[in-house]
Parts: sequence; C-alpha cells; structure tokens
Amino acid sequence: MAEKLLHNYPYLIAALIFAVGCYIVLSHTNLMRKIIGVNVMETAVFLFLVAAGNVRGGKPPIIDLANPDVAYVNPLPSALILTGIVVSVSVTALSLALVVRIHRQYGTIDADEIAAIRSAEDV
Amino acid sequence: MRKIFALVVLLPCVAALILLAAELPPYACPDNPTNNEVPARYLEKGVEEAGAINIVTDIIVDYRAYDTLIETTVLFTALVAVMLVLKGVEKQNAR
Amino acid sequence: MPDKILREITSLLLPFIQMYGIYVVFHGHLSPGGGFAGGMVLGVSLVLYILVFGLDSCLRKIPHHLSSALESFGTLWYAAVGFVGLLRGASFLMNKGAGIDVGTPGELFSGGLIFIITIGVGVKVASTMLSLFYTLVEED
Repeated sequence: MAEKLLHNYPYLIAALIFAVGCYIVLSHTNLMRKIIGVNVMETAVFLFLVAAGNVRGGKPPIIDLANPDVAYVNPLPSALILTGIVVSVSVTALSLALVVRIHRQYGTIDADEIAAIRSAEDV
Repeated sequence: MRKIFALVVLLPCVAALILLAAELPPYACPDNPTNNEVPARYLEKGVEEAGAINIVTDIIVDYRAYDTLIETTVLFTALVAVMLVLKGVEKQNAR
Repeated sequence: MPDKILREITSLLLPFIQMYGIYVVFHGHLSPGGGFAGGMVLGVSLVLYILVFGLDSCLRKIPHHLSSALESFGTLWYAAVGFVGLLRGASFLMNKGAGIDVGTPGELFSGGLIFIITIGVGVKVASTMLSLFYTLVEED
C-alpha cells in the first residue's frame, strides 16, 4: 500500500496541504489567519483536480500543426479550474471586506473578544 | 487547549484522506477513467471547429461560452457586494 | 531614502509588466493564458502603482467613474458579441456555425469571435481588481 501511495504522490501532497489549511482555520482565533487557511484549502483542491488530468509523456494541450499525432495532456480539468479560481478570488475579497467592517464596528479582530463584547452588550 | 482539540478532530480525517489517495487510479496513466472519449474529441476536432490552437481557450470560450459569461457576472456581483458592505446604503449615510 | 529607490525602480518596471499583461491577453488563443490570467496581471500592475505612489495619484489618472464604466463595459461587450451570432441566423454565442470566418489556425487574427471575447474578459478582470482595491483602501 505504501508503494501505491508513493506512486500517487500528488494526491498525497494535496491531502496534506488540505489538512494543514484545515488546522490553520481551526486553531487560530484571529480572523485574518482564518481567511489565509481557507485560501490554502482551496489551493489543495485545485492541485488535486489538475493533477488528475496528467498523462505520462504528454505535452501541454497547444496543438502543434507540424506533427499532429502526439499524446496531449487532458485539457478538461484545467478549463474547469479557471471557474473555481475566480470563485475563490471573489470569496476572499468579500470576506476581507467583512473583516474590515467588523474592525470598524468592534475595534478588534479576535473572534473570542468579539463574542465577549457581543454577549456583554446583549444583557 | 484549542490546538489539541483541533488535532484530535483532524487526525481521523487526514488518515481517511491518505487512505483514499492510495485507492485512486494510478497517477498519469494514459488509460485512466478520466481520459475517455470526451477529451479525445476536443483534442481532435478543436482546431477545425473553433479555430484556436490553444485547446483550453477553445473549451472555455467556444464550446462552453455560456459558463464564461456567467463567470464574469460572478466577478461583478462580488464587487457590488464589497461596495455594499463597506460603503453602506444611502439612507444610513445621510445622518 | 528607501522610498526614492522604490519609486525609481517601479517607474522603470511598470511599462514592462503592463506590456506582458497585454501580451498574455492578446495571445490567449495561441499560448497559455487567456482573458483571466492576463487581466489579473494588468490589474495587479495598477495595484503596485497605488502602493508605491499613493492613492491620490492613481485617482487622478483613473477616477471612479472611469473604472465603473470599464467594468460594466466588459460585461456588456461579452453579451453584445453573443448577439452577433443571433443576428446572423444561428443561435446565441455561436462562432463557426454562424458563418464567421475562422482563418488559418496559428495566426493572430484567427478563431473568429474568440479573440474579441478574450479582450473583453481581460479588460473586465483588470478593472474589477482596481475597483476592489479602491473600495478596500479608501477611508472616509
């Protein structure tokens, strides 16, 4: 099993990067670090999907008209990840705007302190 | 305390993901299930049906042009949402 | 003193960065890249200009109404190019089926409507980056 795992090394590395990103989100209370953790998780997913389309000995999918019968890499995962990257940029931009607004309202970006301020002003 | 709890919750999930990575089809093998007839048709007929030699641009601008159109509206919506959060609505600013 | 070094080097580098961004957008159908990647490079070059030279000097060159106009222009450009296929008798967003001349593959002006759509997407992504940065940095 270890040999099969080492043969599929991009999937293993993607799983480890995903786990690191998840640990960053869960263990810090600072909101900016959570946003960085979400970005790391998204990078791991993109790596996994693009690596699934590789073909051994294949060239990038730009057709060379001189010799047309060469093995090419699968172009479909790259085309689908472009949409995913745009969604990732949009989510990061909106969450950064929300953090700026939270700082304007509460004066801090630590999640525990914000929860304490909110429970104190509800009473 | 929080970090120990995070590690305890994450370790079974990481173990499951690594076991999954061992069960997937071998990496970069030409007869994987993902290399069926769909990419083969895009690679064969892409140049004569769409006219660009970059097959990825072919796919996202010619075969799947609707998806890219809605993608640009996703970017526009994100910008509108950021402006709404940070600059506020007119009624509140006219205090 | 470090401020002066940054300004000199940025004013030397910025034209080349923007030229590279325009190259990636224009050759979207011949080499890797396309509208989204090239638009990002152009937008990030404008963000670099704001970081080194200050927000006011970029607001003098590209004011708010111009960047909103460019943003809306990108989306409407794409939809208008789609209507070209409809007006020629085939369906919406058709390239070769509507009879548009595709040209020889490998040239710059090949691919019919692909070239025009890529330029619209590039302009839109660059102005989105710039407008997002304006909104996040301004304080009132």
